[in-house]
Amino acid sequence: MATETIAGTEVQVDEEGFFVDPNVWTEDMAGELASQVGVDELTEDHWTVIKFCRTDFDAKGESPTLRRVSTETGVPTKQLFALFPKKPAKKMSYVSGVPKPKGCV
Amino acid sequence: MNKLVVLGAGTAGTMVVNKLRPVLGEEWQITIVDQDETHYYQPGFLFIPFGVYTKQDVVKPKQRFIPSGVDLIVSEIDRVDPEASQVYLAGGNILDYDQLVIATGTEPRPDMTPGLIGDEWRKTVHDFYTVDGAVALREAFKDWEGGRLVVSVMELPFKCPVAPLEFNFLADSYFHERGIRDQVDITYSTVTSEAFTKPVAAKHLSGVLESKNIAIETDYYPERVDPERKVIVSYDEREIPYDLLVVIPINMGAEYIERSGLGNELNHVPVDKHTFLSTDYDNIFALGDAADLPTSKAGSVAHFAVEMFTENFPNHIEGRPMTERFDGHANCFIESGFGKGLLIDFNYDTEPLPGKYPLPGIGPFSLLKETEANHWGKMMFKWTYWNLLLPGRELPLEAQMSLAGKIQEEVGV
Repeated sequence: MATETIAGTEVQVDEEGFFVDPNVWTEDMAGELASQVGVDELTEDHWTVIKFCRTDFDAKGESPTLRRVSTETGVPTKQLFALFPKKPAKKMSYVSGVPKPKGCV
Repeated sequence: MNKLVVLGAGTAGTMVVNKLRPVLGEEWQITIVDQDETHYYQPGFLFIPFGVYTKQDVVKPKQRFIPSGVDLIVSEIDRVDPEASQVYLAGGNILDYDQLVIATGTEPRPDMTPGLIGDEWRKTVHDFYTVDGAVALREAFKDWEGGRLVVSVMELPFKCPVAPLEFNFLADSYFHERGIRDQVDITYSTVTSEAFTKPVAAKHLSGVLESKNIAIETDYYPERVDPERKVIVSYDEREIPYDLLVVIPINMGAEYIERSGLGNELNHVPVDKHTFLSTDYDNIFALGDAADLPTSKAGSVAHFAVEMFTENFPNHIEGRPMTERFDGHANCFIESGFGKGLLIDFNYDTEPLPGKYPLPGIGPFSLLKETEANHWGKMMFKWTYWNLLLPGRELPLEAQMSLAGKIQEEVGV
């Protein structure tokens, strides 16, 4: 566990930088988190995904899968890869301040 | 008369009726519905392509495992009307229920990935999660002279999450035995960032892959297959060429679950992860692979889940709280080829760890380590499944995971 300063606020993060407590995340942290994973600008589509990740995590207690995000938001999977290159499932969770997706064992 | 209807007579459903029939009194009528008369020993499919098992080893009539006092109806299910507590069968018959158990599992859906089902399906493009697929792959392997063998996971979650790794290990062993291993390139592609989803096990299993000269392509989420060019293409446009492709198709719950509005985006039923009670209905449970649980879709999970569920169910129908809480316990032998195997044991909170797994009588088994004893444990399981597990007899396995014997220093590595 470590402490990082995101958008002027001290936040506890795990070894991979995911928030220990998703509740401390605020929207103004998203831009800085995004730039850490190589996403320089957050577009409207990014925000659609981020907002869904937040509400779905609140409702389900789990970070959503790519299929779930795509099905529920209508953003095609291909575009999720364009928005959050290479590792979209992890990156969208990271930027949204929700835990690293478990994958399903 | 109260009515319990169980949908699906696979591992979970069959165990449920065998455990509950003696417990529920005569005032409970129990009906179990399945579209298929045949019970498949699904863990055996893995061995068919390598000639270890044949189809005859993995099939028996379902009726044989249904106890007296339980009605088995062989029929497709059209839909469930959860508001009216009714099940509509395909022929138009309607079953009323007081309590419903959904145990129709999850099934491979190659039709969900463009390019999989076509002229090359079961010729150069295969699966081994169906008995027909496993038998077709046996035929393909028998005469194969080598080339690029690609084993590719299409999406998570899928049932028996260790099976693709086992398939890779067994392929390595099989082609060695045929004397053509140097003619075969094996590549394993997976949606995850490592060989397995849990860190300590992933480290051990990556080592096994490497020692067997099996290449791994990680974070690989296939979009489509191009059977003419013989390549898989991922969403981020990475291509993997193959001569023989073995896929683990997208897994989805039964289609009636979607028609009934009871499923998530993959038709798995959202339930409380400790009690299996539907998040939406107080008289619907989902057990085994059909449930949307954050643990493995595997026979061992179905087994442990049923143990918990059948303890809780008599309380639930009497309006008392369900006191037993499922911990996500999973326990899987992993065949690693050349007559050896590994064993993993874990739950929602504790990942698979090395050490020993105590088992009265025949154990202990070594965890996360290749041994011959683990291989024999796996091979003995077929007898155990047909003769002890399905009939609901007691096994010397605890439904709750135990830390006894496990070495915890590696946590966090």
